[in-house]
Amino acid sequence: MVQYSQASFDASFAALSDATRRGVLEQLGRADASITDLAVKFRMSLTGMKKHVVVLEQAGLVTTKKVGRVRSCKLGLRRLEEEAAWIERYRQLWEARFDELDKVVEELKRREVDGRKKRE
Amino acid sequence: MDARRGSEAAPTKNRVTVERKSERELVVTRTFNGPARLVFEAWTKAELFRQWWVPKSIGMSLLSCEMDVRVGGRYRLEFAHGDSQAAFFGTYKEVTPHSRLVWTNEESDQGQVTTVTFAEKDGKTLLVMHELYPSKEALDAAGTGAADAMGETFEQLDELLITLGASVGRS
Repeated sequence: MVQYSQASFDASFAALSDATRRGVLEQLGRADASITDLAVKFRMSLTGMKKHVVVLEQAGLVTTKKVGRVRSCKLGLRRLEEEAAWIERYRQLWEARFDELDKVVEELKRREVDGRKKRE
Repeated sequence: MDARRGSEAAPTKNRVTVERKSERELVVTRTFNGPARLVFEAWTKAELFRQWWVPKSIGMSLLSCEMDVRVGGRYRLEFAHGDSQAAFFGTYKEVTPHSRLVWTNEESDQGQVTTVTFAEKDGKTLLVMHELYPSKEALDAAGTGAADAMGETFEQLDELLITLGASVGRS
C-alpha cells in the first residue's frame, strides 16, 4: 500500500525530481550499497553522489550508516509503510495548519478587545 | 510519536489527535483557545482561511481561495507546488453558524465528505473534523485530499514507491 502525506511533500518532491536520485532508490531497492559503489554505478564523483544521498536521506527515503571508512546506504522506506507513520505525518500536517489557525484566532480575539476599548 | 517530537512541543500547546475511526473514516481533533464564533469565522471567511490552511512547512502556496459559505454554495482552492498546480473544490452541504460545517470534496469521484464541528466550553473550542471516504481504498490512497489532486507527479511517486515497497518487502 502506498501512503504519504502533505507534510513530507517538499522533501519528497525535491528528492524525486532528479533522475539520478530515482535511479539510486531503484538501485538500493535491489541491494544496499556504499556511496562509492553508487558513484561508480552512476559515473559521478564521490562528492556529487554524497550530495544526492544527503537529499534522499533528508526526505527519509534513504538511511546511511558509516562502517569503518565506508558509508553504506539502504532504503528508509519501511516506516513509510506503517500506518502509524502515515497517521503521524497526517497529524503533523494538521498540527502545522492548526498552529497557524491559533494565530488567526488570537488576532481575532485581539481585534474584539480593541473594538470594545474603542467603544468604551 | 517519538521522543524527539514530544520534547519539541510547548507544554501549553493544544494537541492534535488523528484517529482512523473505521476503514473509511478519519477524525482529527484539536482545542483552540478562543470562542467558537471566532474559530468558525476563521474557517468560513476566505481572507482568514487562507492565512492558515497552507502552512509554509507543507511546501505549497495558495494561489486563490474562493468560499461561498452557505448551503449549496461552493468553494475552490488553487495551489501551486513547484511547477505543478492543483485545485480543490466542492459544495457546502450544511452551514450552522459557530457549530457545524459539512462540505464535499469533488476534485475526484473518490472525494471525502468533511464535517467540522465546533463545541465551545469555558471560552475554548473543541474542534472535531470528520472525513468520510467512499471506500477504504480512497482513504488509503488519498492520505490527504491534496495527494489525490497532485496528479501526474503523484502517480510517478506512486509507481516509484510501489517498486521500492516491493523491493523492501523482498529484502
